[in-house]
Amino acid sequence: MSISLKHISKSYGDLKAVDDISFEVKEGELFGLIGPDGAGKTTIFRILTTLLLADEGVATVAGYDVVEDYKEIRNHVGYMPGRFSLYQDLTVEENLRFFATIFGTTIEENYDLIKDIYIQIEPFKDRRAGKLSGGMKQKLALSCALIHKPEVLFLDEPTTGVDPVSRKEFWEMLKRLQQKGITILVSTPYMDEAALCDRIALIQDAKILEIDTPEDIVKHYPKKIYDVRSDDMYELILALNKYKHHYSVYPFGEFVHYTDKRNDFNPDELKDYLEKEGQKNIYIESTKVTIEDAFMELAK
Amino acid sequence: MLLWSWQSDVSTAPACRQGRLDVTNFNRLKKMTDENIIQVKDLTKKFGDFTAVDAITFNVKKGEIFGFLGANGAGKTTAMKMLIGISKPTSGEVTVAGYNVYTHPEDIKKSIGYMSQKFALYDDLTIKENITFFGGIYGLSKNKIEEKRKELVDELGLKDVVDELVSSLPLGWKQKLSFSVALLHDPKIIFLDEPTGGVDPITRRQFWEMIYKTAHEGTTVFVTTHYMDEAEYCNRVSIMVNGKIEALDSPKKLKEQFNAESMNDVFLKLARG
Repeated sequence: MSISLKHISKSYGDLKAVDDISFEVKEGELFGLIGPDGAGKTTIFRILTTLLLADEGVATVAGYDVVEDYKEIRNHVGYMPGRFSLYQDLTVEENLRFFATIFGTTIEENYDLIKDIYIQIEPFKDRRAGKLSGGMKQKLALSCALIHKPEVLFLDEPTTGVDPVSRKEFWEMLKRLQQKGITILVSTPYMDEAALCDRIALIQDAKILEIDTPEDIVKHYPKKIYDVRSDDMYELILALNKYKHHYSVYPFGEFVHYTDKRNDFNPDELKDYLEKEGQKNIYIESTKVTIEDAFMELAK
Repeated sequence: MLLWSWQSDVSTAPACRQGRLDVTNFNRLKKMTDENIIQVKDLTKKFGDFTAVDAITFNVKKGEIFGFLGANGAGKTTAMKMLIGISKPTSGEVTVAGYNVYTHPEDIKKSIGYMSQKFALYDDLTIKENITFFGGIYGLSKNKIEEKRKELVDELGLKDVVDELVSSLPLGWKQKLSFSVALLHDPKIIFLDEPTGGVDPITRRQFWEMIYKTAHEGTTVFVTTHYMDEAEYCNRVSIMVNGKIEALDSPKKLKEQFNAESMNDVFLKLARG
């Protein structure tokens, strides 16, 4: 196992940030911690990167204990915190050289590992880090986290605040790093990114809701979901919530995701009801379950 | 259309404001109308040689949920700053809530609400204090603030925590509260900047229900975001690329037009050319 947590808990005063969490990440796995802000993701990262002591439980990273062997761990992991934490008044190249130096290596020695990523910001190597765009900052931070060739990479919300194009590129980079044998633990509040991981832990309010592959989490969803739409979204939601057979009603982009309590649910019946409620241009069609649907059902 | 001729006549501004309010109150009872609450024509902003916003043209209807999308650096923020009267355009015409941005930026500020995930409420004030503070900033009378506070606290179910510090509220509640606070002065338009980023999926849905309700009551909702799942909820969206609006339609039609499964795919296709 590359990462292992057993019964880890951490409180800040009265606030339980992490509540009896256990999971394992296999070598070479791309594992996602999926949950909203305040779920406890960053606390888990800080415990695993030896920056914070857990109140209870044991954890190991790359075979080392996070308390006993904390110095050893720091040489074997790369950590990209959620907040941009490079030196804003050093240039791109100076930042990278700085991180290489403190780990006793050089840019040249491990250039192969970061080449794909660094090449995209190399044209701006004399620019100060503080003057980079969001996407470029993210690439520099990843390069710095990789320059000492870590076995395990910790990425805390690397795509928050980043536009879809940069997000997609970032995930492509992660896949390539994974192919080089690096174990990756990544967190994100964005459910659509969950599908890109090998396995995920859904986390909310300091607890894990479920751990599995994205495919199996979706498969375990207990209901059939219907896309419902009409001309008036607001009235539609009110009407669906009033329908006595409804199980869940969630706005979902241009549709409402509807599930029914009954197993023999007939969409035509719902259509009749909605028509009587004055809804126009009603559309009801069964649809695919997403990670987000599964998350809501588990968090209910 | 009479409205627009009123607002251009500066000498009768107070009278016209009175008249405009009546029309608005009447329209509050209706849903989305064809009346354009935001009119933008050839709006341009240059910083030296750099054109941040390049002759964009669009209208937003009253009661519409309008998504304003673009990548980092596409010009969204610059454009929005001009719409809310805090940045002067280099050229172009803009009318917001009936006011011209060049001549009446202060009136625009009074007619709009603004909420962003980054700046919301004061963490070290209580819920009650925050409402009083923002009510005061918006120029509401003591009685009005009192009345609005009761309304808001009831609606959000915050009665038991009204004297607690905002910092003690869960993020989702903070977001809902700051949305309601941004609506204290009954603005014609509310600007939301990535309103649901980082919020848990269930609270996010409750938040969208609040947005639908607000729009249903006639307030226009203008959402800037680069999260495409937020775009899916809007009536219409515009997508900015390098200072220009490259697409503008309902999410459904854009998906058809770009032969894409989601707004995320639409965005990727547009941005990558």
